[in-house]
Parts: sequence; C-alpha cells; structure tokens
Amino acid sequence: MRLTQGTFSYLPDLTDVQISKQIEYALGKSWALGIEYTDDPHPRNTYWEMWGLPMFDLHDAAGVMQEVTACRAAHPQKYVRINAFDATRGWETVRLSFIVHRPADEPGFKLERTEDRGRTLRYTLHAYATDKPPGRRYG
Amino acid sequence: MGDAAPVTPPESQRIDLRALYAESEIGPLLAELDNDLVGLEPVKRRIREIAAFLLVTRAREQLGFSSGAPTLHMAFTGNPGTGKTTVALRMAGILHRLGFIRKGHLLSVTRDDLVGQYIGHTAPKTKDILKRAMGGVLFIDEAYYLHRPENEKDYGQEAIEILLQVMENQRDDLTVILAGYQDRMDRFFESNPGFRSRIAHHVHFPDFADAELLSIVEKLAHQAEYRISDAAREALRDYILQRRQQPNFANARSIRNAFDRSRLRQAMRLVEIGAEISADDLVTIEAADIRGSSVFATPLPKSSA
Repeated sequence: MRLTQGTFSYLPDLTDVQISKQIEYALGKSWALGIEYTDDPHPRNTYWEMWGLPMFDLHDAAGVMQEVTACRAAHPQKYVRINAFDATRGWETVRLSFIVHRPADEPGFKLERTEDRGRTLRYTLHAYATDKPPGRRYG
Repeated sequence: MGDAAPVTPPESQRIDLRALYAESEIGPLLAELDNDLVGLEPVKRRIREIAAFLLVTRAREQLGFSSGAPTLHMAFTGNPGTGKTTVALRMAGILHRLGFIRKGHLLSVTRDDLVGQYIGHTAPKTKDILKRAMGGVLFIDEAYYLHRPENEKDYGQEAIEILLQVMENQRDDLTVILAGYQDRMDRFFESNPGFRSRIAHHVHFPDFADAELLSIVEKLAHQAEYRISDAAREALRDYILQRRQQPNFANARSIRNAFDRSRLRQAMRLVEIGAEISADDLVTIEAADIRGSSVFATPLPKSSA
C-alpha cells in the first residue's frame, strides 16, 4: 500500500527535476529546507530523524538535491521527506512537506478493532512494517 | 572529445552572434565594467575573452555542437586593493547573464569559513558553504591559507579535497574563484597541483599607476558628490607619490581611505570656520584637507635628500 503523506501525496512520485523545482519554489520564498527520514510510516509519527541540520541561506536547489541523494543512498529502505520551514513571524511553521523517497515494498496498515464498553468500536491503525524492530523494517 | 568522427555540422544553419549578444544583455555589463573600473586593462581584456568564449559556446550549443561544460574556475592574483573582489562580483553577473550559473550570487569566504577547529568539523562546514554557493560563484579570498605546509595535520587539506571534488564533479552548479597575492598563490598551486589543473583562467591584476589612482579618487568624489579643487588635485598627486613609498600601500583601498579621511578634515575645517558657508564650500575638498594627512609628516626616504 503506497503511503500518502504531505503535499502531492496523491500524485505519482515526483521526479528529481520536479523535486528540484519544488525546492526552487521554497527557496524563492526564503523557506529553510530540512531533510528527514524514518521507517515508522504511521501518520501520527511526527518525530522523523533529521538528516543533518536544516539548510539556511541557500540560493540554489543543487545543494539540497545533493543532500537528498546522500540521504537516499544511506537509507534506501526508509521514507525520506523534505520540509520547508517558514520563519516569518506569524507563520513560524512548516509550509511545505513532501516525500521524496520510499522503500521498494510497502506492506501497508492493519485496521484493528477493539470492542469497548457498550459494544462501542474503537479503531487503531497498525503498520505491518513496525512489527519488526527499527532498522530491520522494510527488508 | 576523443571522438574521431566529427559531428556533421549543420552547415546551412546560421546563427546571429550579435542577436545572441544583445539577448544576453552582456553588452551593458561589460560597458559598465569599462566605465566603473579604472585601469586594469589586462583584466578587462581577459574578461572580454571569457565572455566571448562563453557566448560562442552558447552559439555552438544552439547549433548542436557538443562542447562540454566549459571549466570556469578562475584564479585572481594581484596586490591588495587592485580590485579582485570587485571584479569577482562583476564576473558573477556576467556568468549569470550568459546562463552558465543559475543564480548569479557571490559568496565570499576565507579559510575560517571552510576549515573547522576539530576533527570532523571541517567537512560539514565546507559542504555547508558549498551548498550555499551552489548556483553562484564561490570566492575564496587569500586561498593559500587553506594549505599549511608546516603542519601536516592541518584540517585545511580536508577542505581542499572536498573543494577539488566539487569543482570537478559539479562544474555546472558552481564556479570557484580563488584570490590572493601572486607569489603566495604560485607557491600554493605548486604544492596543490590538483588546483592548478582545475582552474582554467589565471588572471593577474596589475598595480594601479599614479594617474589611475587619481582618477579613482575623482570617481569616488563624483559618486559621493564632492568636488576636488585644482590645488587639492595637485596635493593628491603628491600624496599618492608619498603614500606609495610607505609600507602597507594597498592601491585603490589606501586611496579610498585617504579620500574618506580628507572628508573628515574638510568637515572639521568647515565647523571651525563656524560662520555662514556656501553650498560650494560643502562640496569642495581643498588642498589643506589633503595636505593635513600624516603621510606628509613623514619625509620621503633618503632618495630626495
């Protein structure tokens, strides 16, 4: 099951050229770009690992692409995403975030139903990948 | 390059270099260079050559000849105050207009910005600078400080290796300009042959002649809306002769500082008059403002005696 998180999530995966253009857009808005990776695909997992520090004062996408390539090479079986942070007062938040790399095989999620009092049903999403310990997920 | 079979040139096709030239808007930039920068004839000629080469490369590409990305890395050598940084800034503009760099900004760094203070600190630091310079020009001032032959554990070598790698593999992402004094740069290149072979253009900046320094002051004065009186011009001529004899003479930079100090002296003189002064007084630098310099206090070395 293909993971859909962040901007462009329902589009086919972006090519490197398209990713470059999105980075150019973010740089044009003076947003700082950061790269993160994880092997825990749960949608509520907001704590992805940082790949180096967020990059400030860049002028060109080539620098970010270089880091994306390095991160992909180091973590071929993990998710990699780019975050664009807007430091403008009043925003001070991530304005753009999209996945730029995903594992070859994504097993998807299991829906767990828990029966609660009065036959109420409570639902939980469980990623099959997280059955294995970190580092050994996704092959 | 080594291909024996030449590409069949589309001979019928023609390309209008003049149109390409006009399109790149490089003409005004070169004209500006001619007008704004006094002297530096060999440098200007070299820049024209580089600009022409880049233009022809563009034209060749449009007609389908492969020419490979040209190596654009440069070394600027010359004494202090001969305009290396100023020209580097212009160079970023020229390369940008011709489409050889994407953004056209100049990132000026020295050893401190590239080399770290402990093991493992240098590589991230250098890479960070390189990332920031991508799409533009990386200007390394006094580049020879990167190499410290007396200390073989110096982290400068690590920075040099990363630089060389990027200069080779990402030629279309950034252009590196190294700058420094002639003799020390020569020694630097001798001990780092990798650098010499990766730099296509070695440009030497000659010292300014006395007359050129004088016209630099006049340009500065004009920009700052000052007028130099005839007597003051004579005084400046003497000043330049004197200043040249003294240590730490930094060409245009020394002269600019002298001009700034003469403005201070002019202001003091006007305040001491205290009475009504005319607009003309406000904009005129008099001989006294120049002659008040401490440069005149120290006599010329023995030769005049």
